Amino acid sequence: MRGRALLLTRLVRRDIRLHLAQAILLVVAIAVATATLTMALALNGVTNHPYAATRAATKGPDVVAYLTSPSQAKPLIQASEVAASNGPYPINSAVLHFDGHTAGALIEGRSEALAGIDRPEVLSGSWVRPGGVVLERTFAEALGVGVGGRVTLNSRSFEVAGIAVTAAQPPYPNLCWATAIASLPIKGGYETSVQGACVNLNFSAEGPRDVGLVWMTESNLLGLASKANPILDYALNIKLDDPAEAQAFADTHTFVSNGPVLSTWEGIATADALLVHDEQGVLKPGALLLALLAIASVAVLVGRRLSEYARRVGLLKAVGGTPSVVAATFLVENLALALFAAVVGLVVGWLASPLLTNPGAALIGTAGAPAISPSTILEVVGLAIVVALVASLVPAVRAARSSTVDAMNDMARPPRRRGILIRMSRKLPIPALFGLRLVARRPRRALLSAANVAVTVMGIVAVIAFHADVNSRVSTASGLTAGGLSDPVVNRDEQMLAVITIMLVALAVLNALFTTWASVLDARRSSALMRALGARARQVSSGLVVAQTLSALPGAIVGIPLGLGLFKATVKSGALPSPLWLIATVIGTLVAMAALTVVPARIGSMQSIVEVLQSEAA
Amino acid sequence: MNASPTVLVHAKGLRKEYGSGEGLVRALDAVDLDINRGEAVAVIGPSGCGKSTLLHLIGGLDRPSAGVLSVAGQRVDELSERALAHLRRDEIGFVFQAFHLMDELTAQENVELPALLAGCTPSEARARATALLEEVDLADRARHLPSMLSGGQRQRVAIARALANDPEIVLADEPTGNLDSASAFEVLGLLEGLHAKGLTLVIVTHDERIATTADRLISMRDGAFVDETRLTGGSRGNLSTFAEWERLS
Ligand SMILES: Nc1ncnc2c1ncn2[C@@H]1O[C@H](COP(=O)(O)OP(=O)(O)OP(=O)(O)O)[C@@H](O)[C@H]1O
Ligand SMILES: [Mg+2]
Repeated sequence: MRGRALLLTRLVRRDIRLHLAQAILLVVAIAVATATLTMALALNGVTNHPYAATRAATKGPDVVAYLTSPSQAKPLIQASEVAASNGPYPINSAVLHFDGHTAGALIEGRSEALAGIDRPEVLSGSWVRPGGVVLERTFAEALGVGVGGRVTLNSRSFEVAGIAVTAAQPPYPNLCWATAIASLPIKGGYETSVQGACVNLNFSAEGPRDVGLVWMTESNLLGLASKANPILDYALNIKLDDPAEAQAFADTHTFVSNGPVLSTWEGIATADALLVHDEQGVLKPGALLLALLAIASVAVLVGRRLSEYARRVGLLKAVGGTPSVVAATFLVENLALALFAAVVGLVVGWLASPLLTNPGAALIGTAGAPAISPSTILEVVGLAIVVALVASLVPAVRAARSSTVDAMNDMARPPRRRGILIRMSRKLPIPALFGLRLVARRPRRALLSAANVAVTVMGIVAVIAFHADVNSRVSTASGLTAGGLSDPVVNRDEQMLAVITIMLVALAVLNALFTTWASVLDARRSSALMRALGARARQVSSGLVVAQTLSALPGAIVGIPLGLGLFKATVKSGALPSPLWLIATVIGTLVAMAALTVVPARIGSMQSIVEVLQSEAA
Repeated sequence: MNASPTVLVHAKGLRKEYGSGEGLVRALDAVDLDINRGEAVAVIGPSGCGKSTLLHLIGGLDRPSAGVLSVAGQRVDELSERALAHLRRDEIGFVFQAFHLMDELTAQENVELPALLAGCTPSEARARATALLEEVDLADRARHLPSMLSGGQRQRVAIARALANDPEIVLADEPTGNLDSASAFEVLGLLEGLHAKGLTLVIVTHDERIATTADRLISMRDGAFVDETRLTGGSRGNLSTFAEWERLS
């Protein structure tokens, strides 16, 4: 048993060392897929946790009723389900100016003592006092104002006394943004309630995004009111006996004509999640895109090694390896690589996800590293194992099925001669002749190179399409509000897009590097032979560039529909990028491939001819 | 199964076909063969006559289409894939024209491979491989990769590997086909030494001069035996005669 274990580890270690580039690419491909999966999974429910924490810390209400008159409070407070309430607090709107920025402010008038329900958590500074206002945190961050700064509200100057978070209203920039909300299945009356309040407060019906929440003393608020700007809304915070009944309570008391509109804590939680929901809208299809691309890379990688694998199967069988032993060597190798990649993916995803999932300043604390739950680990490792199993399947089946003799002779399979190509090439200059003959001699290898290029182009095209699509979806907001405030949602979308882009491009570049490198290795023996027959090193490396370009061209062309198809399959809607971009992609890829070939080709041409010709592997 | 315990390989009506219909190739047809323990058999014949096919069948690398074949008391034509693997591992040593060493393993590790497959402990396998490499005079090359060895050295490693599990029979398919005469001399000397120690040998070759030095010479044509010559009336022949001749010429 120990002997077999030694044999397995020895074969695996040597094979990985001998084919380090392929092993690295396999690990990278799987790690990219698992890292993205980790991030996507970590995003799930990431806001629930901070919202729940915020709700607990601020004694968040179960229901907020927006009243048009304080007298509407009485029947609500007296309802049998109500355990406690406070308010109603007057609400008004104002135009806020700070440091050249303009924004809308939804202002709630509060007493100087913190209330029993919805007592916003003051994160810095102190609670409201005469002349001192408190700003909701995301709003304050977008404005760039801190404690001690001065803002003007309807031309009156106030000092920022504190920065706070609440669970009673969704944070900037979704406080009044109806468009964002209407498209989502939001529980509770949130959509009508805050939007209603916003409309009452003279914010446009479309729902501006640049409205934030401000608290001030009730007397300050009344001082801001005027005939032109009367107080039309009041917020009543309600605790129920059973928070789970919030929706039912809201249903029975909403839509009374000209009556109060109610929003439930579940509705607010959902609105809170909008920040991350949008991110997921980018990250999830992106992750799928990456996963599919990674699988394509792995498939090409394994395909490239199949004939090599076949030879190993034959050799092991000839010296007495049983099918199960042979299968085990492949399984152990791929499993080891895949598990390593899964660990890398988990760690990278775990480290990177706070960048994405930081729930926005609206909620208490930063989420820190999102919890990687056992189920996440299980799913990620599961994905890696599936990839490893699939990659081992073909050689394993061969081990069981194939004739040992055939398998062993696979290595010795003579190169095929393609008469026409050979004849055509006769009149060409030496590099072209050599390049064409390389392709003609090893059509299967050329085909695999083409497949690799196709995967590379597929990734680039998918990135371009993805960019075009995400840009068209978020460009309405352009990252800045009308008042010149940054919009955290759009910013995050763009961050996300950048992350996905970097990963896709990294995978494509690695693929390109590997393809050229592998092609040069494939041609090692032929190159040495050419040099042995008197060709100069430069002619040989030019020949390799010709061969590479010849096989890359069909791959690049096929890659375009593949990339668009991949994009269409993951992002259901979406505008397609302009053909100009696609043509540029093909040309750019070909030029890059040619350039990438030169370096390993030059290095290869410096190797000893004798050594290369003697090596059995070639 | 075999009447005589001295019979190591017994074949009756052995047939091997490749392909089907129009493309059917009968590589071996109605071959009867008995090889005794300790015998050295040479198989000659023109290219494509079925020599390698015969060797592959005896070695359990391939299965016959028809006929009976038993090796070391086991019915090769009836064994499971797994049992065949064990037969190859424990009873048979192969030497190929193209060496077929594992490129990623050193000479030593290549020789250890069959022993490790057979479940030997690492130290047993190492000790055995060291001794075998000593025997083929390659102790100083143990840590070299095949790519760093000459053709003759590679073939000697392959022979050491073939002997790793103390097989009953060594099957060599044109073992000197890729070698210059000096290397061929070394390899043949080794095989002769094995034969002298009582190992059963089947050598396929193109070269009649090698062939005439075996105990028995089988000539093949179109998948059948056309001639069988007992060169030394059943006693051992002398492979090294050729080797000597090569050396002097
Ligand atoms: N896998 C195969 N599929 C189809 N035909 C095969 C296969 N292997 C061998 N043959 C055919 O069987 C016949 C015998 O082949 P074999 O390799 O045994 O010949 P050989 O005597 O060893 O020749 P050489 O001296 O050239 O090695 C040949 O006609 C060959 O074409
Ligand atoms: Mg042959």
